[in-house]
This record gives sequence, C-alpha cells and structure tokens, in this order.
Amino acid sequence: MIGSLPLVGLRDIAMTFANGTRALTGFDLEVRGGEFVALLGPSGCGKSTALRLIAGLASPTGGTIAWTTIGEPQAGPPGPNIGFVFQEPTLMPWATVAGNVALPLRLTGMGRYEAALRVAGLIERVGLGAFADAFPRELSGGMKMRVSIARALATDPDILLMDEPFAALDEITRFKLNNDLAELWRALGKTVVFVTHSVFESVYLAERIVVMTPRPGRVFAELAVEAPYPRGERFRTSSDYVGTCRKVADVLAAATAGGAQA
Amino acid sequence: MSGAPPRAQDGRMSRYRIGERVLQLTLPVGTLAVGVVIWEAIVLLGDLPPYVLPAPTRVAATLISDWPVLWGSLLVTLGTTFLGLLLAFVGGTALAILFNQSRLVERALYPYAVILQVTPVVAIAPLLLVYLPQPVAVLACAWIVAFFPVLANTTLGLNSVDRNLVDLFTLYRASRLQALLRLKLPAALPYMLGGLRIAGGLSLIGAVVAEIAAGSAGAGSGLAYRIAESGYRLNIPRMFAALILLSGAGIAIFAALSLLSHLVLRRWHESALAREP
Ligand SMILES: Nc1ncnc2c1ncn2[C@@H]1O[C@H](COP(=O)(O)OP(=O)(O)O)[C@@H](O)[C@H]1O
Ligand SMILES: [Mg+2]
Repeated sequence: MIGSLPLVGLRDIAMTFANGTRALTGFDLEVRGGEFVALLGPSGCGKSTALRLIAGLASPTGGTIAWTTIGEPQAGPPGPNIGFVFQEPTLMPWATVAGNVALPLRLTGMGRYEAALRVAGLIERVGLGAFADAFPRELSGGMKMRVSIARALATDPDILLMDEPFAALDEITRFKLNNDLAELWRALGKTVVFVTHSVFESVYLAERIVVMTPRPGRVFAELAVEAPYPRGERFRTSSDYVGTCRKVADVLAAATAGGAQA
Repeated sequence: MSGAPPRAQDGRMSRYRIGERVLQLTLPVGTLAVGVVIWEAIVLLGDLPPYVLPAPTRVAATLISDWPVLWGSLLVTLGTTFLGLLLAFVGGTALAILFNQSRLVERALYPYAVILQVTPVVAIAPLLLVYLPQPVAVLACAWIVAFFPVLANTTLGLNSVDRNLVDLFTLYRASRLQALLRLKLPAALPYMLGGLRIAGGLSLIGAVVAEIAAGSAGAGSGLAYRIAESGYRLNIPRMFAALILLSGAGIAIFAALSLLSHLVLRRWHESALAREP
C-alpha cells in the first residue's frame, strides 16, 4: 500500500522452549504499516509462536523485535497497541457480548459509559448490533469470532494479529468472515498479520504471503498477491485466483520438502 | 430402584416424558407411604410400647406437641450451621486467593488444610469443647468441616482459567487485581458454588457432631442436643421427631444452595443449562 513504512521488524529470531523444542530459528519478518500479510505454513511450524512473540506474550531466545513508533508518542502505557484474535473465540462466558468487547477498554482504565459508547459502534461494525446483550453461549461459532474481532479492534490497535481465527468454522461461515474481514481491513486501514495453514485463505485475503518451513520454522519464501481489492466471491472462482493458489501451493510443497531434509 | 424408563427422544413422545416426571415424584412418595404404613402396622400388631418403637402417628403427634422446644432447637442448630458455612466460605475463599497469589504460602499451609480435613471431626470435637465455650466449639466444628470443600474447589477454580484469556489480560497489561476480579474469580465462581453446596451439608454435620459431643456436658440447646437428651430420658418419639427435623434441615440447605447456584450461573454456565424439550 501507499507509503508503507516498516511497523515491526523481526531479525534473526530464535525460539527454543524450555523442553528443548526449537520452534523458530533464523526467522526474519518485516511488517509494513497498513499491509495485510499472511503467515502460511504447515501445522506445528511455529506460526503461533511467531505471533505470540510479536504480541510480546513470550520473549525470543535469540534475535530482536523492533517497533517503529507511528505518529507522536502516545500517553498511556508504553509499547505497541496490539489486537489479538485467537484460534478459539476466547470470550469470557460470564460476560455479555458488550462486556467482552469492552474488556480491553476497561482494562486500560476507560470509564464504563465512554467504553459502552465505543463498544456499541464496534458491535454494529461486525454486524452483531442485535446481540449486544447476548451471552457467548447463545451465539454461533461465527458470531463468537465476530465478537472476538470486535474486541481486538476495541483499543484501535496499530496492528491486528490473527492466529488461524476461522480454522474451526464451516466453509460458508469462513467465506463470509473472510469477506467481512477484508472489508474491515480496507475501511479501517489496520495492519494485519494473519496466520493460516490454508493456501486458499491466504491467497484470498493477503497482499503478501510469507511461507514458512516446517519446524524449526523460518521464512522460506515471500509471494505478493497482485489482485486488487475488493476481491469478492467472483475472485474465488477466477483463473487468476486458481493460478495464484497453485503457485503458492507449489512453494509451500517445496518449503515442506526442503524443511524435512534440513 | 433402578431401571428408569428410556428418555424420550422427540416431541411425539412427550406424553411419556410427562409420565416419567410424574413417576419420578410419585415413586419415592409412594415408597415412603408404604414404609410408614408397614411401620404403623408393626407397632400396632406387635403392640410395641413407644419407648421401643413409636408409631409414625405418635412421632407426628410429638412433633406437634413438642414444637416450641424443637423449633427453638432447630433455629439454634441452623444458626450455627449458617454461621459456620458463612465463615467457611469467607475463610476458604480468602485462603484460596492467597494460595493463588503466592506459591510459597500455598506450600506452607496447604498440608495443614488437608490434615484438618482428613482428621475426623468427631475426634476433634471433644478437644475443642475442652478449650472453647460450648457455642464457639460447636461453631468451630461446623466451620472446620465446611472449610475444606470451599478451599479446594476455589483453588481448583482459580487455576482453571482459559490460558488464552490469561494471555489476553497480559496483552492489555492488566494488573494482578484486575486479573483476579475480572478473570479468575468469575471463572472460579461455578467451582466455588459447587464447593458451597457440599460445604452446606457438611457444616450441618459438623454442628450436629459437636452438639452430640457436648451433649454429656448438658449445656446445649440445639437439635442434636435434643436427640442426645431425649435418648437419656428414653423419650424415643421426640428423638424421631428431632431426627426428621434434622433431615428436613439438611434437604432444605442443599436445595437452597442449589437454587442459589442455579440463579447465579443460569445466564452463562453449562451446568445451569435448562434441559431442552
Ligand atoms: N509452550 C511450549 N512449550 C513447548 N513446546 C511448545 C510450546 N508451544 C509450542 N510448542 C511447540 O513448538 C512448535 C511450534 O508450535 P506453534 O507455534 O504452535 O505451531 P503452529 O502454530 O505453526 O501450528 C510445536 O512443535 C509445538 O509443539
Ligand atoms: Mg498455531
């Protein structure tokens, strides 16, 4: 996208867990402001680990993670403003939709009424306006994921980290959420790092696909997806889409084969 | 009795379902009625004196005639039970929170909580009665037995928090207090209420055990004390009447705590899900 400044850079990241598992070695990634980048790799290659490192939920055993500050330094707690969407909706079952979406705001000290105002807009934005007072138990899987996305957007984050958010959903719901997410991204101009093991999903959503090798994960190749947005359902059946998917699938196969030898 | 009828599968069979409900209620009541009739018959036919075995009608009559004494005693025992339960809930929850915040404290104190639990309260009661005034000793017994289920369940609940939610709180730099109030305690609530339900019955048992143990000292006035006292006087009908009241109290406590749990959790927890027709 236009004027893409680097937002966060991961240099030569290594991550070895206490039990000796080497999840990442020599992992390099640069994410530019406003872009939609997909992290694609086989299960267990360290995608979630990479995302958690970016979020600061764990510290790498080697390498550096550098953030570029955008705009003037902000008041409040230091560090990047991050939204995170887990593979499961990860909602608090005892709180309503509104209560769940308000959580990040309340945790950062915003008053109840100010938060409620903000939250109403967010819930509307993800298409759940009628369900603000519903409890998670009363929602479908897709709706829960929408709540999770609304919550991640609550603090107006610089970057949205998504860890296979739609992997557990049925195809129809997944396609719908793919479309809505792409819409949100275009409307809000957020930076998105989207982890997936689906070639089709990565090509449909991302501007740039980062293909990882099997464990210990590192970046095998990067591919740009040139197709313009909005991509829509027509794009899903276009020869352009199918061709790109084949290309990405070939690269993923090569990454998997190469990693297996290493 | 075993062999419940198979559960109805769809609406078409709802008449069976209603029938099953009715059966569920009528069967135990019927068993009771039959038992009472046989009991009455045995007493009548055997011409048994009340100090050997009182007839159910005699017990009922005693329940009515001795009501002022029994009611007063019931209130005393219930008071002890509730106060013991309340203190156990407050203390158990507070200690569980302390354990959750500090591994060191947990390591230091948990074994003693277990020892307190595994030592039979019947054995502790006489000792407590030596050192404490009688009402306080009874209260202490009720507290001791009710304390552990609350502690154990709350500890389990506080540790049963969704890992991803913990990460989320970390991501937003939540303070320890925020994590406790907004995450751990709500997540532990179903466990706490489950512990409370067990503790309610145990608290009553603790109070009864202590009253019986104190019985020989003769300073008490609770329902269990009435049973012991009636025993010495061979007032067997009153023993039965007091026993029935105690059972009723136990059932009422369990029902009340179950209702409380249901009301608190009904909007969100699986355990409170209504059975769909
Ligand atoms: N906390 C942990 N302790 C030990 N090993 C872990 C831990 N978290 C993940 N791993 C291991 O690291 C590897 C990468 O995990 P992960 O990042 O979850 O992969 P992915 O998300 O790509 O499926 C896996 O082999 C996994 O078993
Ligand atoms: Mg993963």
